[in-house]
Amino acid sequence: MHPLPVLPDGRLEQRFSESKPAYSQAEAVTEANRCLYCVDAPCIKACPTGIDIPTFIHKISTGNTTGAARTIFKDNVLGASCARVCPVETLCAGACVYNAWEREPIAIGRLQRFATEATLEQRPLSSLLPAKKPATGKKVAIIGAGPASIAAAGLLALEGHQAVLFERKEIPGGLNTLGIAPYKQSGNAALAEIQAVFGLGDIQLMTGVEVVAGQGGDGKVSAESLLKDFDAVFLGLGLGADSKLGVTGEQGAGVWGAVELIERIKADPTLTLAGVKRALVIGGGNTAIDVAHELKLLGIDEVAMVYRRGASAMSGYAHELASARKHGVRLIEHRAVSEFQRDAAGKVVGAKFSRTENGKPVEGGEETLSCELVALAIGQATATQVATAFTGVALDKHGNVVVDPTTHRTGNAKVWSGGDCVNGGKEVVNAVQEAKIAVRDMLRALRSEVTHG
Amino acid sequence: MADLSIDFCGIKSPNPFWLASAPPTNSGPQIMRAFDAGWGGAVWKTLGDPITNVTSRFWSHDYGNTRMMGLNNIELITDRPLEVNLKEMYEVKKRYPKNVVIASLMVESKANWKEIIKRAEDTGCDGLELNFGCPHGMCERGMGSAVGQEPKVLEEITRWAMEYARTPVIIKLTPNTGDINEPGEAAARGGAPALSLINTVKSLLGVDLDRMVPNPRVGNKSTNGGYCGPAVKPIALHMMSQLAKNPATRHMAISGIGGISNWRDAAEFISLGATSVQVCTAVMHYGYRIVEDMIEGLSDFLDSKNMKSVNELRGQALGAYAEWGELDLNYNLKARINPETCIGCNLCQTACMDGAHQCIFIPGHTKAEYEKAGHTHIPDSIPAVPVKAAGAIGRHLPVVDDHECVGCNLCHLVCPVPGTITMTEVPGTIGHAETWNDRVAQGRDINPGSMQSTLEKRGLVGK
Repeated sequence: MHPLPVLPDGRLEQRFSESKPAYSQAEAVTEANRCLYCVDAPCIKACPTGIDIPTFIHKISTGNTTGAARTIFKDNVLGASCARVCPVETLCAGACVYNAWEREPIAIGRLQRFATEATLEQRPLSSLLPAKKPATGKKVAIIGAGPASIAAAGLLALEGHQAVLFERKEIPGGLNTLGIAPYKQSGNAALAEIQAVFGLGDIQLMTGVEVVAGQGGDGKVSAESLLKDFDAVFLGLGLGADSKLGVTGEQGAGVWGAVELIERIKADPTLTLAGVKRALVIGGGNTAIDVAHELKLLGIDEVAMVYRRGASAMSGYAHELASARKHGVRLIEHRAVSEFQRDAAGKVVGAKFSRTENGKPVEGGEETLSCELVALAIGQATATQVATAFTGVALDKHGNVVVDPTTHRTGNAKVWSGGDCVNGGKEVVNAVQEAKIAVRDMLRALRSEVTHG
Repeated sequence: MADLSIDFCGIKSPNPFWLASAPPTNSGPQIMRAFDAGWGGAVWKTLGDPITNVTSRFWSHDYGNTRMMGLNNIELITDRPLEVNLKEMYEVKKRYPKNVVIASLMVESKANWKEIIKRAEDTGCDGLELNFGCPHGMCERGMGSAVGQEPKVLEEITRWAMEYARTPVIIKLTPNTGDINEPGEAAARGGAPALSLINTVKSLLGVDLDRMVPNPRVGNKSTNGGYCGPAVKPIALHMMSQLAKNPATRHMAISGIGGISNWRDAAEFISLGATSVQVCTAVMHYGYRIVEDMIEGLSDFLDSKNMKSVNELRGQALGAYAEWGELDLNYNLKARINPETCIGCNLCQTACMDGAHQCIFIPGHTKAEYEKAGHTHIPDSIPAVPVKAAGAIGRHLPVVDDHECVGCNLCHLVCPVPGTITMTEVPGTIGHAETWNDRVAQGRDINPGSMQSTLEKRGLVGK
């Protein structure tokens, strides 16, 4: 396995400092000692991967940091990323019994980060998981290299299967590498974790490869051949391109898709925001909050989120919105953009808005805001074409891949799927759990094949 | 405001709070600062032939985030010349005539005792404390706890001191003995009017696992030391109470020592018979300033109990310290969990399951699941009452099965939210008060299942 790429210097991402810096051992032990060590703990139930949180925290408190990391990785092979990127406020820490007692919940994410990072600095991930089983000769094609796919590859590799990842981009990791707010996790940290997972067994990564319905060829591989050449397929496709509004002035420079802009902030050393003093972010989800927060932290004078309903209707997390607003992001509620204005040279200079009621534009109260940059965070398309290239794989009305929730198997008996392409866009931790479910069923299927064969 | 002044076998002190003979009383300037802070008295760091100390002298026993729950030291008696200590003692007593200064003494021969007692008393000190307690360093030289562990020697030296002393003599006892009554009675036989206890508990505090050397580490070695601090308070309370009850010693004034950190601890020692209390570790941790809270807290407590003087508190709890055989077997408690304040951590449940009587249930499981979990008696109804605390969604109040609850207090003790689990008195199973001693007196001291009853059943012994 060749070393993975490292993102080059000079990226905007490097200007951010961490919002939750790493704990020292002394800090971690002190925080761990606050944990009540609950039984049948609500934090475990709130974790999509079911990490035994009180146990790993207890181990930190006794100085058994390695054991803490084992407890975490046993249930979540991407436990290092999840420690940084999980919205713990709405998951484990949100369920902490201290909330019910009106006390500060345990900083579970920061403790998990301490246990995983401090341990991985000392020893490889493979030494913290069950020993890799002997090679089975079975091969699994994994489409996409986002968190669901990386987790699936690691778990399959531990079982002795070969995992081959086919990634459209040059950089693996999906949104975990290219979409996480830089103050939570850097792209290089995500890549280092992928490198650690790749050390678990026989995992191949093919980058710059697109999976297509028809004939394969240069940079293209046909779905049909994958079904033929591999014993199983896992679709971890993630989501597609940023959605568009379909209003005048949207096409052209200065109006970005939010996901695309974040990716450039994280990975592209040529991106500058020179000349941008005012930025508008359209949308009310977590991507909208993230991009607005990032733009503000990058020093843009005025960053406003424009949302067509009220704050309470936003799908973005309240704690993230509060944090962004604390840093100076403004929220403009009940407004819908009707047009982007450009000057003679085609540069974005402003946007026109209508007032809304129940999210729908109404007459009267139109206004214009000046801006030099717009980020559209109104959702992403689904990776429909790749999914349907596999015979028998069906999509629901939202364009998400249909699976049996207990097995994550699709309509094609050889194809499993998980992550954003199935759940429509959730957290890294959800992707890991769905990969776990899929791999568990895949292993059963691969075993029975051996028996029958 | 209640009167905190005491008369300790003739020694008048403005309050019962004294500093124990230890690093906080190493020098005159320290003791004067302590008196300025409000301490009523101080027992000077033990005088004798000056010793040489080692570097690295203390180590702490921490528990969770609590620092210095216990403290261990391998420091010896004073390392300062006798002249210097005596001069400072004179100065302190001259400048603070109302505060109590006790000279702690430790020497070997009768001639030395005679000499040091005279010279100490010449400073104007209020009394003498004979250090028969130090369990490290000095005992190997035949002093300290080596005396405290030999009642005959203790009695002999006490007699010498009583012969020479003009001021009250306090015998400081070591807890490193099988029965504290023996040295206590020896001190009484020797004629001493007062006791102080406990000195430190012989200890090895821990091991530096990277070096395989115990702590505190002196180069590549360590040695056993004396353990003190909050962790030893229960041991001290027991030993002191034994002597406060003992007919041969109960006439003696007692200065209680061992883990006293605040007014509440002090009140407990006084309620079990102490006239004064001595403090060391808490001052080593937080400084002389803690005495403000001790004075204020004790005074307000006495006011709240309508006691005019701290002397009214002395020994109040001693009568209730009984032998096990005098306890009422009919007394019955059951745990009650408050649905308003429970946060659903279930610590009570696991403590009861593995450490007590398997009588706490988490609702929402089948009979088979409860059996598999280890419950041996399953009540007919295990109601699922939601935990009411905001944010405790989906959690249920643990349910106590009264049938199996023996009222042991464990759940009450592990519950992190004060007042949530209360132990409630319910009618007893016998129907009237009855002690084990009653049963012994009536010849009913054999329980079903005992070896005696088995032998009787088999006809191997007569009833």
